[in-house]
Amino acid sequence: MATDTPGAEFARPGAGSTAQRAAGRRHTRSAVLFLAPFGLLFTAMLLAPICYAVYQSFFRTNRSGLGLGPSTTVFAGLDNYVTALHDSRFMSSFLRVFTLGIVQVPVMLGMALLLALLLDSRAAVFKKAFRQIYFMPYALPGVIAAIMWSFLYAPSVSPFTAVLRHVGLEVNFLSDHLVLASIGNMMTWAWTGFNMLIIYSALQAIPGELTEAAVMDGCSGWRVAWHVKIPAVRPALILTTVFSIIGTAQLFNEPAVLSQVAPTVSPTYTPILATQQSADVNNYNYAATQSVILALLTFVLSFGFLKFTQRKGTFA
Amino acid sequence: MALFALYTLIPVWWLLVTATKNSGYLFTTNGLWFSHFDLWTNIRDVFQEQDGIFARWLLNSALYSIGGAAVSTTLSAMAGYALSKYAFRGRDLTFNVILGAVLIPDVMFALPLYLMFSQVHLVNTYWAVFLPSVVSPFGVYLSRIYAGASVPDELLEAARLDGAGEARIFWRVAMPIMSPALVTIFLFQFVSIWNNYLLPLLMLNSDELQPVTVGLANWREGVNQGIPYNVTITGAFLSVIPLIVAFLVLQRFWRSGLAAGSVK
Repeated sequence: MATDTPGAEFARPGAGSTAQRAAGRRHTRSAVLFLAPFGLLFTAMLLAPICYAVYQSFFRTNRSGLGLGPSTTVFAGLDNYVTALHDSRFMSSFLRVFTLGIVQVPVMLGMALLLALLLDSRAAVFKKAFRQIYFMPYALPGVIAAIMWSFLYAPSVSPFTAVLRHVGLEVNFLSDHLVLASIGNMMTWAWTGFNMLIIYSALQAIPGELTEAAVMDGCSGWRVAWHVKIPAVRPALILTTVFSIIGTAQLFNEPAVLSQVAPTVSPTYTPILATQQSADVNNYNYAATQSVILALLTFVLSFGFLKFTQRKGTFA
Repeated sequence: MALFALYTLIPVWWLLVTATKNSGYLFTTNGLWFSHFDLWTNIRDVFQEQDGIFARWLLNSALYSIGGAAVSTTLSAMAGYALSKYAFRGRDLTFNVILGAVLIPDVMFALPLYLMFSQVHLVNTYWAVFLPSVVSPFGVYLSRIYAGASVPDELLEAARLDGAGEARIFWRVAMPIMSPALVTIFLFQFVSIWNNYLLPLLMLNSDELQPVTVGLANWREGVNQGIPYNVTITGAFLSVIPLIVAFLVLQRFWRSGLAAGSVK
């Protein structure tokens, strides 16, 4: 992402005259003071939980008797990890979310790109109104949107089920087959506009001469889009993909709300839900293990994607 | 384009229309058009359900979001400014650690934090939700970019020559220049705190402390135990109005913020 080094023209600390060295020391001291409040909280609220979760994941709590006696905590090594890898419900929750992401993310980003290109084209009308409408779902809190959709999917009140029944189709959005697609639809509805806006902002930053030159050379609208505009917004597409990977990995709100109306959405439907479930039954060490695995996988996926695209970028 | 606009609008339209119906009409009339107009009665019901706890929830949400976003923006601005404008050993390492944290979703921290907080008896207090909300690695990332792009080094040097201290330079010179960008960070953080669900769900037991997202989700769950559909739906409708208004009014800040974030 950020490759620039602002302020690189500063005298490096330790180089040159005594005066410069004094200035360097002063800089370091001020920088530390400015960073301290954030740094303290960052350490306490982000770094410490990671370390704590990793630490917890290596232990196991044994409860004597019927769980009424005193509990003892013993070092368990990698036992929890082995358990997690053999936990078929936990593993299938990964597979489920992965399947969803593989389909939903490209569909959503493809739509976001298409809408951004359409908004950017000269023929577009009511640009501002469309832009605001597309972006609006982002303003709805995820849980509130999920509550709204849970009603929209519920057979008794859903206007869509009613309309489809009129044309002779009996559709239950919460049935076994459709519920994953329904969740995908909720995510697409909520995030397409947000991604569209990021891509659109990048499109707006393309210098006008570039597209004009392409048009002069006889490129049609679509070829300009394909050869000039899409390569130019590559960084924005990478950014939105990384955001989407992270967002999909932490899928929680939608299935958590839907599980109240759809029995197919089990308490271990997504990895985060499964982790919650372990915590609910006081198996904190196992919950910590599951958190670590999920965080690690998400980090590897998003970071791997970044590295992969960056390396490819140097050849392009 | 129009088709996608319809796709975006229909659910919200349904929410608006349904918020005006009483529970009888809810099941019997066309979901996408008005019937008997009962919005005011519904709103009264929402505020009377469970002894008027809905107002409390809204207040809590506002408190967490405004307070959290304000503190978080200030901290991010200071950190981002320091990372951008001072050369010091370990700067790149510090920045990379913060950037790495952006790639791990917030949700992952919720459970370990809960375990830690329960040991120091912070669970079920305002602090349990407030403290984690003020840390925003993404805010630091953005404010470093803004500081690098908008605050000229010459200006800082000139202020130093005039004898101003570093803290004074930051508050009086750099902050005013960065303020439009800081509005964007504030907005991002405000929305993410307002929308947060898992963290308050874990941390808070008492109804009195909950933000509106958790409260409404509990009502949705309670549909079978006698919380009427129309109360939940109208409550959901009411809780999004402030956000939608804020969005439409402050749109230009979103665009500038997202643009700066994506060019890098």
